[in-house]
Amino acid sequence: MRLLQWVILLLVALAAPGVALSRDPKQQVVTLSAYGLLCALMFFIFQAPDVALSQITIGAVMLPLMILLALTKMRHQDMRREQKQQKEKQGQ
Amino acid sequence: MSAQVRTIFFLVSAAGLAALFAWGFRDAPPLGDYRGPYGDVVTKVAVFERHATDVVNAINYDYRAFDTLGEEFILFTAVLGVLLLFRPQKGEGEEDKKQEQLEEKLPVSDTLRVGMEMMVGVMIVFGLYIAVHGQLTPGGGFQGGVILASAPLVVHLSGDVETFQRIVKSPLIKLAESGGAAGYAIIGVSALFFGAHFLTNIVPLGTTGDLFSSGTIAIISIVVGMEVTGGFLVLMQIYLEEIIAARKSS
Repeated sequence: MRLLQWVILLLVALAAPGVALSRDPKQQVVTLSAYGLLCALMFFIFQAPDVALSQITIGAVMLPLMILLALTKMRHQDMRREQKQQKEKQGQ
Repeated sequence: MSAQVRTIFFLVSAAGLAALFAWGFRDAPPLGDYRGPYGDVVTKVAVFERHATDVVNAINYDYRAFDTLGEEFILFTAVLGVLLLFRPQKGEGEEDKKQEQLEEKLPVSDTLRVGMEMMVGVMIVFGLYIAVHGQLTPGGGFQGGVILASAPLVVHLSGDVETFQRIVKSPLIKLAESGGAAGYAIIGVSALFFGAHFLTNIVPLGTTGDLFSSGTIAIISIVVGMEVTGGFLVLMQIYLEEIIAARKSS
């Protein structure tokens, strides 16, 4: 049990810089989701199954979904702005 | 600032932070060392007082039910906030009225489709189990609700966009969200009519270990499950509308 605790702590410690170091937001969503799963495993190993259950769904599913939603919205707005600029150029 | 200066700056501050961290944790009590009396008392007393075998939920939905009420409304207001931020903006309104649809089937492999479709039923049963057995086993309304809400996402991943849209656009979802949020408050207020304090456990407690036991803990767990499922599905509905809008403009 003691060994398992050290292993999971090490994995979480390694995964956290992984999230911070992935530069592309789309890649970051995937690494963040994996990090969320590792955190859930850590909570489970440290005997907090209730927290682990919420962490799986929030950290590994819902948070990445919300980030993807924000990214879609931003891309949508960027494209709209570009289209507008192109139209203005054509008008001139 | 050049890259080299920045790296040096980072290394110095990281070393400082590490030193502070080590210093701060030097006197931390060892793992599993608990000093306060509250936790010890509540783990001994909860099963007898509230007939709930999951002490975590006995605390969440009974001893500190008022805090959980606040937390539930944090989620409720967060969903409202997202609804407000992602509302159709100027110039977007006219396009949305055309009500274009996404393609009904996404091109996914048969393996993925069959695997995901098999998972949906399991997820719904498991989510319901977790939400309903909140007073007996780890889990409860919040966890069960999020599992239930991710089931439609799996439907979307399996390529069946039409069914996903039908689920997510159903008016039942907003009813579940607002009904769940209101239900918690109503359970709390109904205790006042029996001359007890707000959110007192007034329902008969039943036999410990039964599905229908622990009084309001089980009921609140189910109500929270409804609210969470509804809240997250509202978020997914916004997500869907965003995808539709993005596809149209590209």
